[in-house]
Amino acid sequence: MDAAMTDVVMERAAAKANRTEPVLAVEDLKKHFPIRRGLLSAPDQVLAVDGVSFTIAEGETLGLVGESGCGKSTVGRAILRLFEPTGGAIFVAGQDITRLSNREMRPFRRELQIIFQDPFSSLNPRMTAGDIVAEPLRTHGLASGKELRERVAQLFDRVGLSRAQMGNYPHQFSGGQRQRIGIARALALNPRLIVCDEPVSALDVSIQAQVINLLMDLQRDLKLSYLFISHNLAVVEHISHRIAVMYLGRIVEIADKAAIFTRPSHPYTEALLAAVPVPDPTIRNSARVLQGDVPSPVHPPSGCRFHTRCPYVFDRCKVETPLLREIAAGQQVACHLR
Amino acid sequence: MQMQADQAGFADQTASAPLPERAVLEVDGLKTYFFTRSGAVKAVDDVSFALKRGETLAIVGESGCGKSVTALSLMRLVPDPPGRIVSGSIRLGDTDILALDDEGLRALRGRDISMIFQEPMTSLNPVMTIGRQLGEVLQLHETLTRSQLRAKVVELLSLVRIPDAVRRAKQYPHQLSGGMRQRVMIAIALACNPKVLIADEPTTALDVTVQAQILELIVDLQKKLGTAVILITHDLGLVAQTAQRVIVMYAGRKVEEAGIAALFAEPQHQYTRGLLASLPRLGLMRGQAADAGRLQEIPGIVPALHHLPPGCVFAPRCPRADQRCRSEMPAYEEKRPGHWAACWHPGAPNGRGDD
Repeated sequence: MDAAMTDVVMERAAAKANRTEPVLAVEDLKKHFPIRRGLLSAPDQVLAVDGVSFTIAEGETLGLVGESGCGKSTVGRAILRLFEPTGGAIFVAGQDITRLSNREMRPFRRELQIIFQDPFSSLNPRMTAGDIVAEPLRTHGLASGKELRERVAQLFDRVGLSRAQMGNYPHQFSGGQRQRIGIARALALNPRLIVCDEPVSALDVSIQAQVINLLMDLQRDLKLSYLFISHNLAVVEHISHRIAVMYLGRIVEIADKAAIFTRPSHPYTEALLAAVPVPDPTIRNSARVLQGDVPSPVHPPSGCRFHTRCPYVFDRCKVETPLLREIAAGQQVACHLR
Repeated sequence: MQMQADQAGFADQTASAPLPERAVLEVDGLKTYFFTRSGAVKAVDDVSFALKRGETLAIVGESGCGKSVTALSLMRLVPDPPGRIVSGSIRLGDTDILALDDEGLRALRGRDISMIFQEPMTSLNPVMTIGRQLGEVLQLHETLTRSQLRAKVVELLSLVRIPDAVRRAKQYPHQLSGGMRQRVMIAIALACNPKVLIADEPTTALDVTVQAQILELIVDLQKKLGTAVILITHDLGLVAQTAQRVIVMYAGRKVEEAGIAALFAEPQHQYTRGLLASLPRLGLMRGQAADAGRLQEIPGIVPALHHLPPGCVFAPRCPRADQRCRSEMPAYEEKRPGHWAACWHPGAPNGRGDD
């Protein structure tokens, strides 16, 4: 191990001194995007993320599920400060990173990495696969020359790519291989947490299994933590330890995966699970289909945001916002019925 | 939420029962090739099937397996050049689709056979109202007065459960949600009560709760109108929940066909078996233990269609491939009643009959 890497390990050791701290803690995170509909109308806001809190422990995977527009990807990007949060706080190993300057943020960028959904648009087509994986190491000045090449080669081994392919360009790889390049790039800085934003959604079924297995192997070997963002409940059930369900910018339920899948307590969680087509013809999907579409996050419904589609809605739901409360050990739900 | 259905589902019976009536659509030996600089790409290579009135036949496979090109071939929408249907026949009742001229095709499409696509936004014209786009199909195939046309448009929008149909008919596609747009596409496709509806990944771009609404709608309308549906998808969950029969395609060829109960319980082709095994099982939801172990992988990638291996096209990725698989193409044969596959080693990889 080279000198620069030893530095990382030293820093890491210091950060790990406080072992009780979760790798990531998010408190009341908000991200609102301003929009202007016309020259004369008042500016409006998309309440993409509106008060989200959770923690992720070392070696843990938190699945973040919800439908398009629920704010799950915005949460992922806000944690990395790719979007500046509008409110709330983000703690990495106990340290508040919410208001750090770009320079102060640099060491934390090594701890937090991201893998994107689309392995076609997330890799620079003019860079070789080797250069793509080497870029974070160069940027952070952690390795150069022969040492850099060796480190990149090791990363290629690690994600199941051949060293001979280091000089190839992204278009010469298949979709699954491209996603492996993205994973190698994310691993280059030895992060503690990787935000996986729909990492297998663009892949064919047989390739999905390869990438999910790789992510799980890496977690076991490197004690990585994942925030696994996906709309695919079967994949989330497989890879996650705990699961948070989002609806219109808020978490409606968060619990360990057994509770979510066997005792879903929010009507929206229940509806999501009922809508998943199970790949087994001996099990019939429920006939109860949730009506309507997800409302706009610009003017979300008052009270409980799910009340416009909820089969159990009553008067209180329309006026009073339910708070996320613990209803059983490790299971929090935001619903007036619980 | 889920309920156990009888093990011997209705699907199995339809698969093994003799055909009581003539198929609405018969495809025989269809070959659609694309002629490129690197040679002929056999996108669809010798595919045959029959579709009965009112049934749902799923065609599944991964990207590049030829399922969408099969659908485009049925509609005669394969871009030429570079694509061309080089041989085979497609018969819809007494009509030979491959023999039709442009005028014949215009009369056929939308009236006898319709198609809905994955992305409802790009399939609708952004500068025409929903009502006009729906009216266009009706005007092409039927003679209606203006007021009859208006009434029919509203009727169709109500049929696909679009609330406030009179107002919606005057709106443009961007004013509708994704689910609403797909409903409009379905209304357009079913406007003239076609015999066959081809749905190419109809819900892939939609959210899971909206997907459930659209599937429910398609199944209801199918029952009401007796339309036969060809569902093209990569999602085995959708297949299990909506189809009665299924065709599995791999690298342009049909490798297996069966009723859904038989296909999921006893897949005969090693590719189908691998595909089913690679899916996360949703064990907890089915009252089983969580499966946190490794998923079974299918090693390697789909072969390039202009460099297909000799013998079985799946042999390079197959756990049971032997010398014969690599040199001799397996015969497509009936392994069990109503269950066809092209595989030299049907059954479980460990040699037992099933797992």
